Amino acid sequence: MTETQYLAPHSLDEAVSALLAANGTGRILAGGTDLLVQMQAGIVKPGLIVNIKKIPEMTSIEETPDGGFRIGAAVAGAVVGEHERLGKAWPGVVEAINLIGSTQVQGRASAGGNLCNASPAADSVPALVAAGAVATIHGPNGRRTVPVEEVPAGPGRTNLAPGEILVSFTLPPRPPHSSDAYLRMIPRTEMDIAVVGCGVSLTLENGKCTAARVGLGAVAPTVLLVKDAADALIGSKLEDDALEAAAEACRAACRPIDDKRGTIAYRTKVAGVLLKRAAAIAADRAGRA
Amino acid sequence: MTSESNVKWIGKNTIRPDGADKVTGRAAYAADATMPGMIWGKILRSPHPHARIRSIDTSKAEALPGVKAVMTSADFVEFPVDTPVPIGIQDMRWMSRNIMARDKVLFAGHPVAAVAATTEKIAEQALELIEVDYEVLPWVIDVEEAMKPDAPILHDHIRFEGKPSNIAGKLEHTLGDVEAGFAQADVVIERSFRTEPVHQGYIEPHACLVSVSDGKATVWSSSQGQFMVRGMCAHMTGLPQNDIRAIPAEIGGGFGGKTIVYLEPVALVLAMKSGRPVKMQMTREEVFRATGPTSGSVSKVKIGATKDGKIVAAEGTWWLQAGALPGAPIRGPVGCGFAPYDIPNVHTLGFDVVCNRSKVAAYRAPGSPIGAYAVECVMDEVAEALGIDPLELRLRNAAKEGTKAAYGPVFPRIGYEETVRAAMEHPHYRAPLGPNQGRGVASGYWFNAGGESSAQVNINEDGSVVVITGHPDIGGSRASTANITAELLGIDYRKVSVLIGDTSVIGFSNLTGGSRVTYASAMAVTESTREVINTLKARAAKIWGIDPEAVIWENGEARPAGENAGNFEPLTLAEIAAKANSTGGPIGAGKQLNAVGAEGGFGTHICDVEVDRELGIARVVRYTAFQDVGRAIHPAYVEGQIQGGAAQGIGWALNEEYIYDKNGKLDNASFLDYRMPVCSDLPMIEAVIIEVPNPKHPQGVRGVGEVPIVPPLAAVANAIYNALGIRFYSLPMSPPKILAALEQTERLAAE
Amino acid sequence: MAKMHVSTTINGEPTEFLCDATDTLLDALRGPLGLTGSKEGCATGDCGACSVTVDGRLTCSCLMLAAEAEGREIGTIEGLSQGGKLHPLQQKFLEMAALQCGICTPGFLVASKALLDRNLEPTETEVRYWLAGNLCRCTGYDKIVHAVLETAAEMRGASR
Repeated sequence: MTETQYLAPHSLDEAVSALLAANGTGRILAGGTDLLVQMQAGIVKPGLIVNIKKIPEMTSIEETPDGGFRIGAAVAGAVVGEHERLGKAWPGVVEAINLIGSTQVQGRASAGGNLCNASPAADSVPALVAAGAVATIHGPNGRRTVPVEEVPAGPGRTNLAPGEILVSFTLPPRPPHSSDAYLRMIPRTEMDIAVVGCGVSLTLENGKCTAARVGLGAVAPTVLLVKDAADALIGSKLEDDALEAAAEACRAACRPIDDKRGTIAYRTKVAGVLLKRAAAIAADRAGRA
Repeated sequence: MTSESNVKWIGKNTIRPDGADKVTGRAAYAADATMPGMIWGKILRSPHPHARIRSIDTSKAEALPGVKAVMTSADFVEFPVDTPVPIGIQDMRWMSRNIMARDKVLFAGHPVAAVAATTEKIAEQALELIEVDYEVLPWVIDVEEAMKPDAPILHDHIRFEGKPSNIAGKLEHTLGDVEAGFAQADVVIERSFRTEPVHQGYIEPHACLVSVSDGKATVWSSSQGQFMVRGMCAHMTGLPQNDIRAIPAEIGGGFGGKTIVYLEPVALVLAMKSGRPVKMQMTREEVFRATGPTSGSVSKVKIGATKDGKIVAAEGTWWLQAGALPGAPIRGPVGCGFAPYDIPNVHTLGFDVVCNRSKVAAYRAPGSPIGAYAVECVMDEVAEALGIDPLELRLRNAAKEGTKAAYGPVFPRIGYEETVRAAMEHPHYRAPLGPNQGRGVASGYWFNAGGESSAQVNINEDGSVVVITGHPDIGGSRASTANITAELLGIDYRKVSVLIGDTSVIGFSNLTGGSRVTYASAMAVTESTREVINTLKARAAKIWGIDPEAVIWENGEARPAGENAGNFEPLTLAEIAAKANSTGGPIGAGKQLNAVGAEGGFGTHICDVEVDRELGIARVVRYTAFQDVGRAIHPAYVEGQIQGGAAQGIGWALNEEYIYDKNGKLDNASFLDYRMPVCSDLPMIEAVIIEVPNPKHPQGVRGVGEVPIVPPLAAVANAIYNALGIRFYSLPMSPPKILAALEQTERLAAE
Repeated sequence: MAKMHVSTTINGEPTEFLCDATDTLLDALRGPLGLTGSKEGCATGDCGACSVTVDGRLTCSCLMLAAEAEGREIGTIEGLSQGGKLHPLQQKFLEMAALQCGICTPGFLVASKALLDRNLEPTETEVRYWLAGNLCRCTGYDKIVHAVLETAAEMRGASR
């Protein structure tokens, strides 16, 4: 029986080297709220656990010079929720991150972990996708950035190369009259995995939608960026027709499965409902008259 | 005797004797126990829902360094299938096979072997080294599938109507002539229902620590009965009962699921074989896979009534999943289903059906919620068909003193009518409903139980009191015992300590179950305390030199009475206690009895739901439960029982269910996916206590704990109907099901 | 393999312990540290019975490695009462019968204290959502929510 090693490096390079040396048996520990559950179930038996919470860049929230935000991948949800200016600019992203698990889980779980766990039902991901968030990745060959929607490869799999670590998310600056919202459907009021999750980010000009992005979770192997839904919103004043067209685009994008959490028919129908509701909330937040 | 006017403690919300330990984290539950030299036991479980065990090779596991013992069913006493071995309501033939498979595995998760090793990790590693050769067999889980002629047969010895079958038993009650009754009816409604298995969901996984030294075993475990633990351990190992001391640890919830053993006999064998103390603790996943739940069911209920709202005939048939071994709670629906009503013609029938799923364990009013779900939904439809208010219909047919229940008894004074009247008069019943909201009502009944209880009441030298009873305290029963003792003695309840004795300290006491503890234990405590009071009076008489008959006990003091009245200063309990040794020795009394006259309990619930029509989510937004409790000894804990039972029923109605994958394995064996209500799911639950004293009990107590889980299933279903105009005939009423029904209704309306 | 050595602070006391890399904080609390007030109901973060605070932040000790306690301040149920005097929440849970079997009680108390430390004026809804990660199967939550609201009201009164 090989014993698991534990490491808490203070720099990314140190973490990357350790991960590479672990030859694929290394696992990154951010909040640990997925990793420890998988270890408990015996699904994962890491040779090395790399706690990256001692790396300052990964545990801080910064405002970028252009007015955007950079959120460290390991920042706990509760900390995200307490950042006032972030909450004002990106209420949908914040509410999505704050929906990951209970109060207890919020004390630990991070958006980075949520993305890298690569569950199609991850709550923060549709909102980050809708927000146009960009992931910064640090690896053996330096840094690269990719849109969030390109990080997951399938259930439980990411497009990160060996030794690569997700460092942070960058949210772009917000034009005036912009906002976002995230809604998920769960059977209870808390403590469930999303049956469907939907994030909508939009910008209004004189009541007209000039930009929009829609992220949809738990309806396909990875979280979807639903361009057709966004296109249906853009140019409209979010009238019923436009919302219905966007909802239809969401339903059409669904490739869900039947499982213990929901049926194909149910998930498809709910995707449209959540789109409409999330778009309405985002529009209200953006200052719709 | 105590008169109502000077009642001090009965009916008071005193602070429970074990409270401080429980809010500081000091209370010792089974998993908190450790011992020097302790090792860890783990269980190997079947991956298959149904298979013959060709062989088990444990040699590699035994050879692993750190492994101290390995066991299989060969290490248990074998009970042949053709000879019943009853212990309480259980049968050791099935119990022993449930906790360690013999010849066949009957569900995915069925134990096949166990290991004890110096660490948990080594024990787990050893399990992987055990080689089991399985002959995989076809399996069946669904209750209807299990009764089909070509269904895989679980047990060769079970026959029904002369043929091999999965129907292991049948129970039938008949009153009057249902055919003639239905012929008189103006309205007859017949419906079929389905429920899924649900788990008790106690937060504390099963755990125990067993030490064997010089052939004497000590068992610490969380159970609903230390005497049950001792009895079952003795049966399965062949040890005499005096060589087993079962110590009840604090118990972290049971709801019936800890009225049987899973780990204790296994740990005992491992401890005997290894010579080391063995600790075992289930994971949550093991709890879901291999303990509890209660039955899933299908049922058919038919009720006939005349135009004026008189029910003239009722018929119900229930098919209940027993799981892997016989023992579904068919007595519940068959006996309780129609019990709230005075119906002249009744026929009920229940079938105990085995299938490849974990064996059911008792769950709060076992089977009765399944019965009430069907009956109370049909009652709602009958009321609607007749144009009568659903509570009014219940009132017109309410069982009362003198009503003959189909399952046998003639009811004495009962409080069912009072619960219905209280519900009708409560502001909740007339409160306006918001959009997409609906209101439903339902009633329910549970037998309640008496049975064996022992108690010892000892007066300390300073006049304080120690009471020992034999029932694990699962929800505050020590508080009610303290209230009763303090009341009878006329002293401050803080002078009374209440302890739960182990099997070597107190006399036999049956399970904490059947809503029997406060009922039966109070009788034993009352009789013991009365004897103590007689002794106290006698001691006072001796001190005064008068006849004991001339002494009365009042307000915690002995007073001279009759012609001696006023001749001596009263003697307090403390004063008599101080002189105990000079007046005849220590003062105390113990009583053991078999309590009879438990008498059933009734409840009526009102539920408001709000439905999100686009997502199919139903949420309970207001809930009020009315229950006749006889006498509330500790009202706050009585309310707590009612609120907790209602919450479990709401979970059963809306989201809880066992879900199996295509391989016959439980697919939601976690709190994440077995969706019990969380705090934000529920509103405040108002508990309305109604006190119609039980004439057969010294304090008027009726059992409380089980009734409240009986009505909610139908109350929620009827509320959803009221909100949507759609009736659901299967549980849970989860969002996909509700949304699909709404869409179908829309489609039909459009056509 | 050699055990890891961890220096931490538990309920204000500097504490050291040894653990394996895969041990959870709950394993360490209940094992070598003998602090069995934190309960294991699921070991997957779904029941909250093992709730503790880490640098004042509420978390499930089953979802944190013991090694991560290095240099942190851990608060457990055992630290709630001070000098033998119960915390107002503990007192109120007793007075209002906000516990039955008691296995979830330590987790509810630790979580409720973390709430009141932040917000002494929670609404019923805020209490219910804050405590949604703590499962109770006995009470239907009613008396727990009442006890937290009542304690908050009393503490507000006392602090005025």
